[in-house]
Amino acid sequence: MEKFEKLAGVAAPMPLVNIDTDMIIPKVFLKTIKRSGLGVNLFDEMRYDREGNEKPDFVLNKPQYRDAKVLVAGDNFGCGSSREHAPWAIADFGIKCVISTSFADIFYNNCFKNGILPLVLPEDEVDTLMKDAEKGANSIIEVDLENQTIVSSDGEIFRFDVDPFKKHCLLNGLDDIGLTMEKENHITAYEAKASQQFPWA
Amino acid sequence: MSTPKTLYDKIWDAHIVHSDPDGTCLLYIDRHLVHEVTSPQAFEGLRLSGRKVRAPGKTIAVPDHNVPTTENRDDGIDNEESRIQVEALDKNAKDFGVNYYPVSDIRQGIVHIVGPEQGWTLPGMTVVCGDSHTATHGAFGALAHGIGTSEVEHVLATQTLIQKKSKNMKVEVTGKLRPGVTAKDITLAVIGETGTAGGTGYVIEYCGQAIRELSMEGRMTVCNMAIEGGARAGLIAPDEKTYEYCKGRPHSPKGISWEMALAYWNTLFSDENAAFDKIVTIKGEDIAPLVTWGTSPEDVLPITAAVPDPESFSGGKVEAVRRSLEYMGLQAGQKLSEIEIDTVFIGSCTNGRIEDLRAASEILKGKKIKKGMRAMVVPGSGLVRMQAEEEGIAEIFREAGFEWRLAGCSMCLAMNPDQLEEGERCASTSNRNFEGRQGYRGRTHLVSPAMAAAAAITGKLTDVREIQ
Repeated sequence: MEKFEKLAGVAAPMPLVNIDTDMIIPKVFLKTIKRSGLGVNLFDEMRYDREGNEKPDFVLNKPQYRDAKVLVAGDNFGCGSSREHAPWAIADFGIKCVISTSFADIFYNNCFKNGILPLVLPEDEVDTLMKDAEKGANSIIEVDLENQTIVSSDGEIFRFDVDPFKKHCLLNGLDDIGLTMEKENHITAYEAKASQQFPWA
Repeated sequence: MSTPKTLYDKIWDAHIVHSDPDGTCLLYIDRHLVHEVTSPQAFEGLRLSGRKVRAPGKTIAVPDHNVPTTENRDDGIDNEESRIQVEALDKNAKDFGVNYYPVSDIRQGIVHIVGPEQGWTLPGMTVVCGDSHTATHGAFGALAHGIGTSEVEHVLATQTLIQKKSKNMKVEVTGKLRPGVTAKDITLAVIGETGTAGGTGYVIEYCGQAIRELSMEGRMTVCNMAIEGGARAGLIAPDEKTYEYCKGRPHSPKGISWEMALAYWNTLFSDENAAFDKIVTIKGEDIAPLVTWGTSPEDVLPITAAVPDPESFSGGKVEAVRRSLEYMGLQAGQKLSEIEIDTVFIGSCTNGRIEDLRAASEILKGKKIKKGMRAMVVPGSGLVRMQAEEEGIAEIFREAGFEWRLAGCSMCLAMNPDQLEEGERCASTSNRNFEGRQGYRGRTHLVSPAMAAAAAITGKLTDVREIQ
């Protein structure tokens, strides 16, 4: 997995609440058997018309947000389906940090497996960053995972919380399976015990 | 005396393989369900790293999302990408030696219907699948939730998941349901109450008389949509109905093993005075037949109500509702019972079980669907379909004018050819009314199977209590 240490880039504002994973990546793009190449279809139905032409009003089609690296979004971002295609598409587009007041559980976990930092901030701070994002291309947000800070384009500093284990994995680009394999003796011991206790399982 | 535990606490504790001081746990997974959409990249990952499936006997695969539901499907899948995805699962199941129900197998169906039906899902287990509606299996008092593809690979390789414990929420539905009100209305009512993010960070235990009185099928419907309320999982403590359902299924324990299991399952309940972080209480008597009007499952109202005014909401929801109503082609103040529909879909992991088909057929008996209506019933599995045919239910659907399809996810998410066209409006027994969910710019109203049947007859959203 790609490491996440620091990030500085344009933030795109998407104040809509309950942006679901069907919006992030519609089901027609779930038929792939690969992880790559989904960025072009990120927010497909919001971003393009039926003929595949860009809708000029959609935020990521506006010149100032085409290279956005951060997304500031409304409440409950990523609700719905478990599809990891959603963070795959976000990362493939180039967005590596999503900021909201809340995320759906599965989406939130999926982000960390793909080098994306999902950040939960209080409503007033998200509002401030949303306004900041609305300024466009001259408004660069800086995210520092090690120090758990965000610096807005006006120099305002926000602190954020992140699970220490997830932080460690992101900072070092660690693969979960490799880490778990180091505990294989515990798994084997559990299986031996469970085969006595719960033989039907 | 030991600290009282919730049902969730008990299942969690019984599956800890390893715990770190910061609360990060390695949790053992008893059953891993797999379908074709979220697994190809995971199996590919195993191949690339030279890993095997650690417990193929605990891994159950079935294609469901992409499969056609028409009679000629044994001839193959026309859509190339869908075909490749299903063929990839055929190959992965064979190469890695996991339990498999291919399209041609009578037992094939929606993974969340096949698991319980075959006795793979049992009380007290941990069950995961790369699919958010894994919550369904919580009906058995199993800890069941959706995972992403990276986690699918992790479970395939290690039979464990790295997890932090969620908080405990109790949702109590007291009293009795009124006639015409079903498990679907309960689960929609809960989401209407808590909102789609109300369950975030929690595992919900559903309890109360109205829940106890539900059949296993009904309980599965309730737990299925726990994810729509944002919860990691929904649970219902097992009881005699659960045991009755499990007994004699192909993969449920037999003989002495059954007795042992039963003794353990009888310990699976929340202790008196167990601590819940949040409690929601709903009176069963207060629940009416419900329909959704917007593009989020929380946009739900009794069929007797009217489309709400966006200005009656607050915060970001005002804009979201404005957008929803525009998408849905509805006006504030319009009566829900006057909304005309052109499509009815009965099926999905929410409402594709035998009881759901029975409920819909009760309404349809001796009646015809409205002229021009496209109505489709897609049983949740080949076995549900067969049972419905034996019970004469299939005949009722056919005579009423419904298409009687083969098993699969079908129009719940429209990855196969069963899709809404732009602007079409569907009364659907599925679980999500998101934009584009059932087809590009299609419009979805979530309802119970009985309400879907009523709508098919009248051609508009209809109060099932008014159908004679």
